Amino acid sequence: MTDAALPLQPGAESADRPQTQSTLARVVQYTGLRMIALFFTVLIGVYLTILIANMGGHVDEIRKGYIRESVAISVGIDPEFKNMTADERREHIDQLVALQEKRMGLDQPFLLRSFRFLLGAMTLDLGWADNMSSDSGSRQVRNIILERLPATLLLFSTTFFLLFFVGIFVALYLSRNYGSRLDRVIVGLAPTSAAPSWFYGLFFILLFAALLGWFPFGGLVSAPPPDSIINYALSVLNHMVLPVTAIFFSAIFLGIYGQRTFFLIFSNEDYVDMARAKGLSDRVVERRYIMRPTMPTIVTGLALSIIGLWFGSIVLETIFNWPGLGRLFYLAANIFETSVIVGSTVIYAYLLGFTVFFLDFVYALLDPRVKVGGSSGGQA
Amino acid sequence: MTALRGTLAALSQYPSAIAGLAIIAAMVLFSIYTVIAIPYTEAVDKWRGGEGIWLENPRTAKPKWYNLFPGVNLPETITMGPAGESDEVSVQKERKVVSEEMTDVITTFTFDYTADDFPQEISLFLTSEHEQKRPLVSLTWLTPDGREIRITDVTVEGPVTVRFSQEEELERRLDGVRAEVGLFADPASPEDDPRPLKGTYQLTAAGLVFEDDADVDARLVVYGQVYGLAGTDHLRRDLTLALMWGMPVALAFGLLAAVGTSVSTLIVAAIGVWFGGIVDATIQRITEVNLILPVLPILIMVGLFYSRSIWVMLGVLIALSVFSSGIKTSRAIFLQIKESPYFEAARAYGAGNFRIIFLYLIPRIIPTLVPGFVVAIPSFVFVEATLAVLNLGDPLLPTWGKVLSDARVNDALYQGNYYWVLEPAALLLLSGLGFAMVGFALDRVFNPRLRDL
Repeated sequence: MTDAALPLQPGAESADRPQTQSTLARVVQYTGLRMIALFFTVLIGVYLTILIANMGGHVDEIRKGYIRESVAISVGIDPEFKNMTADERREHIDQLVALQEKRMGLDQPFLLRSFRFLLGAMTLDLGWADNMSSDSGSRQVRNIILERLPATLLLFSTTFFLLFFVGIFVALYLSRNYGSRLDRVIVGLAPTSAAPSWFYGLFFILLFAALLGWFPFGGLVSAPPPDSIINYALSVLNHMVLPVTAIFFSAIFLGIYGQRTFFLIFSNEDYVDMARAKGLSDRVVERRYIMRPTMPTIVTGLALSIIGLWFGSIVLETIFNWPGLGRLFYLAANIFETSVIVGSTVIYAYLLGFTVFFLDFVYALLDPRVKVGGSSGGQA
Repeated sequence: MTALRGTLAALSQYPSAIAGLAIIAAMVLFSIYTVIAIPYTEAVDKWRGGEGIWLENPRTAKPKWYNLFPGVNLPETITMGPAGESDEVSVQKERKVVSEEMTDVITTFTFDYTADDFPQEISLFLTSEHEQKRPLVSLTWLTPDGREIRITDVTVEGPVTVRFSQEEELERRLDGVRAEVGLFADPASPEDDPRPLKGTYQLTAAGLVFEDDADVDARLVVYGQVYGLAGTDHLRRDLTLALMWGMPVALAFGLLAAVGTSVSTLIVAAIGVWFGGIVDATIQRITEVNLILPVLPILIMVGLFYSRSIWVMLGVLIALSVFSSGIKTSRAIFLQIKESPYFEAARAYGAGNFRIIFLYLIPRIIPTLVPGFVVAIPSFVFVEATLAVLNLGDPLLPTWGKVLSDARVNDALYQGNYYWVLEPAALLLLSGLGFAMVGFALDRVFNPRLRDL
């Protein structure tokens, strides 16, 4: 992303001469404030998640019931308790259940527990899973989730960069060749972005996996995993093609359409005509006068689309059997593994927070208003 | 009215918009037809009815139009009997008195088989009327080339279903070949690639009854590999039902969600801009929090822990979208409009805050939001499908998403049942495209800056 930002720097300096504070200080101040704001945002988001996941102690009831059942079964099959009377046995079970509930912290009032859980969630101390474990055998929710995170990050970071660069370059090209056949084709294809990535994933699986057999149906690597690192990487790459293409396809046309339209609107501005009249080359005009004012909007648009893509990942990964966060979430949802569900939601909130922060940072570098220190557009 | 006519006239400039409008109109008409033709309760009952209702349908059968492809000639389901219910000559029933206590009730099914592939299953449904002594039915199969194969003997007590493929004796007699293959195979075709023998087949169900009034009725179902317009799923359910009912559900969900979110967002943005200060700042902060809220995970949690009803999901979805990013767009436009002199005029004559917001501020920007609203509809339709694919679809209603979900769970793509995925997907895509095409054209009509782009 810095590549796209770099060419803008010379223009920025010439435009922002009359400044009282150094640019760096302003950018740092801005991003610092944003970081604090985003931290509280994530905090609120996570707390809401916990509230929803546990409103009215609904989940606690399920867990209590589960504890009682498993205790009753273990007492029932244990020959040691065979000779107890029914009352004795019931009492024994009650004791064991109370002990278990205390161990899980279920005896405390919900408000107290919710804050404890919030603290745990924010520090990624997400407790233990009842019925799930990581591939390495750990039952700690943190380990289960962190084990899946790299796969998701690999898939999505690849797609984001593809989307960003391909989007901008194609959009610029189209705005230059506005009205060409390619332009009309892409504008015509823009409505396809109404469908989410998993939807195209289905088609791609059908076409390229089932009918043509070019790519695997799903998964991260072929089974058994290849020994050498190069072969392993190639296998992962091979498995990545279809999911990446699906995400790319679902977002690219609308992205290009939006950016191209912005470029076109801004290339009709008077100052662009003025620059052209001055005899500046097309490239310079594009960089300084068209891309510069559109960049903040484009970055914001990208932020929004990325947020949409994160959620799409749940189904996409499920469809492609991609062992990432989304699939984990799906599996956890299917077996009611509350701690993992809440944990994944928290991680999603964090990921969104980081995404927004990263884009804010880019925004700060790009938007002259941040550097000059004017109000950020608000007019309260 | 004139504004609407003007919009329509402007839209007619765009061929894609006309196509989109045609799609939407067709969908609305079809939805109305569906809701009238198959009432809600009937649809739910049938869809949830399980295999009982769909007993005579083949399992995961392809749609009938598969046979239109060149070189494809898959068998259709053949259902015959019981004798006397129709005038079919193909089912003949006669009574022969054998002795004083015994009477033979012989039902003969005669049918032509012309498909290039074998049927899926063969079942005979037997019912009897008797008091004490149970009738004994023996089944014999006659192939076009005159071979006679004994199937099995059954005593009939209440309704009995004979599934030919489950008769082990028969399979042994056919040298270990499955019944539906063995009974139809051409003896001349190679053993590892059997071909069906085309011609007239005959099944005789000779029932020996031991009472005077006793009777045996039989119904033969030779399950084909194709069924209906849309095929069937793993529970033998006719997919046309789900595909038809999916349309009103999708339209209602998409429209309500789009209306709910855009209207509430608009009102919140207008209130924020008009009052400014703390109100505006609060709304801005909430929007930022809301942006980071993981909407889909929360929806999934609500589905898991509270209710899977499609209307609860709709409510939660709207509630989560009130403070969506749309607020920023509307806010920017409101801020510009707010400076118009007529607001000062309105204030001067003493208009209240909410009068100004609802009567002067909001109506001004509705046109600019219409395209976004129309484009949002399909995305909500897909939200429903997404939830269904995650096993969180409405527990009662048949929807496109649920068909897709069933197909995915049953490995439809892997096993080559492409119709199962393609049909709901095509409908989803069609509805998505219809709204999107209209929306994009509206965008150009209402935003003159885009008009010649």
